[in-house]
Amino acid sequence: MARHRTLVVGALLVALALPFVLSATGHDFQIVFAARIMIYAIAAASLNLAIGYGGMISFGHAAFFGGGAYMVGILAAEGVGSAWLAWPAGVAVAALAALLVGALSLATRGVYFIMITLAFAQMFYYVFVSLEAYGGDDGMSLAQRSGLGFGLDPSDDITWYYVVLVLLVAVLYLLHRLIHSRFGRVIVAIRENESRAEAIGFPVYRYKLTCFVISGAIAGLAGALVANHANYVSPSLLHWMQSGTLMIMVILGGVGRFWGGPIGAFVMLALEETLSGSGVLGAYSVHWQLPVGIILLAIVMYAPQGIAGAFRGRNA
Amino acid sequence: MLEVSKLCKRFGGVVATDDVTLHVAKGEVHALIGPNGAGKTTLIAQISGSLPSDAGRIVFDGADVTDATQHERVCLGLARSYQVTSVFKRFTVLDNLALAAQARSGSSFSFWRPVAAERALIDEARAFAAEIGLARKERFVAATLAHGEQRALEVGLALATRPKFMLLDEPMAGMGPEDSQRMIELIERIRARVTVLLVEHDMDAVFRLADRISVLVSGRLIASGAPAEVRANEEVKRAYLGDEVLA
Repeated sequence: MARHRTLVVGALLVALALPFVLSATGHDFQIVFAARIMIYAIAAASLNLAIGYGGMISFGHAAFFGGGAYMVGILAAEGVGSAWLAWPAGVAVAALAALLVGALSLATRGVYFIMITLAFAQMFYYVFVSLEAYGGDDGMSLAQRSGLGFGLDPSDDITWYYVVLVLLVAVLYLLHRLIHSRFGRVIVAIRENESRAEAIGFPVYRYKLTCFVISGAIAGLAGALVANHANYVSPSLLHWMQSGTLMIMVILGGVGRFWGGPIGAFVMLALEETLSGSGVLGAYSVHWQLPVGIILLAIVMYAPQGIAGAFRGRNA
Repeated sequence: MLEVSKLCKRFGGVVATDDVTLHVAKGEVHALIGPNGAGKTTLIAQISGSLPSDAGRIVFDGADVTDATQHERVCLGLARSYQVTSVFKRFTVLDNLALAAQARSGSSFSFWRPVAAERALIDEARAFAAEIGLARKERFVAATLAHGEQRALEVGLALATRPKFMLLDEPMAGMGPEDSQRMIELIERIRARVTVLLVEHDMDAVFRLADRISVLVSGRLIASGAPAEVRANEEVKRAYLGDEVLA
């Protein structure tokens, strides 16, 4: 426990100091990359809540992620430029979508649940592809990042980095409380033995749906941030490959491990960044996904608890 | 306490329970016996609410629960245990029991307070661990327990929901004589406060514990009464037990 605390405090100090280190060493552009990792860490952590703790293997989280992003994009296009309005709206839309998808999918189990969530997400994807008013297939650019007030300039990369860091820390703290609460105990119990959880008096469906909505809402927050991060939204944010990427992050990092989401997001994006550049694979860098696939295969076969699980034997 | 009337369940063409009418009085241990495949577990599932009935009525403690969900019935005090052990294998004994206690004490839509800090739940779980004879194993993960201990935890999970009525589906399944003896003693202790419907193949246990016995054969209840009556019932002898078993 003490060791755990030291690690967390250490990681937080590194995260706080990172922008200064990077700009002092002339790696300014990496600050933006670090912010992107943190945004995906939020998204992967949200999916890990559903998959790793709730036992609901959602293949449709891109819908909530992309939904949050589009809400921010659409509001920006309609002249709503405040993050204080746009982000909660993104979260609310994602939560609503998760409520709808969850309510209809959670009656099914196993592979059917995976397929139904996938189908719903693809439906949302095609809705946005055909939404010509907001860029359709091509997506749309945002004029600028949503305003934060308090004299903060979100277009400044260092400010943006810290805003994302604060939200990541807040989300992780919230998830930590949730997982160790009564509610968290119940959803893990449902994952372990659903019929017995019902038989000792828990309305299983209600717990699963609540967990799914919370997970979707957090994915929506990550989506809202990603829209602002790149000042660009496109239907690809809702594509099933996006769901797949988030799922790969969770598997890499560790399904049902508290740090699984953040670690997976970091490793996945770092691999993508290094391997897709010409530095490592040279002319073959267009095939960067192949080594990622091999690494994923190795993790699944030799460290099924993911990277977080390989370092810690205990259940989070 | 429990009034089951004209209950039916069919699976396709197979009739699992056929017009079963059964009364269990408050405070009694009522044994339900019958050959394999007689529909005992189906009946337990129907009464507990995990399986909807095709026809009939279930009244529990004065309330019609025929259409109530399983968790609603648990809240009314109707709990079950399973023939095939179904505990939370990766939880400790204490966490298993605390979880069951949690289901009946306050809302679990609580997202902030750490559950591990809830003294009342832990104390309660500890008391149940002691009652089922697992006090010294309370920190053990359920999967690491011996078979007899897992069976005790199986009953303990139902007990920790603080029921008025327990459906025990073959609690002695797969047990040796020593473990069976312990289970019989456990049921002897809890019968003072809980009404029990006991499905069991171990006839020693049945005749030691039961106030009344009902016999289910091919989905039909063919006899119901005091042990001596059932023992003497010709139809029961013919249909199920065979003369030598009841001698």
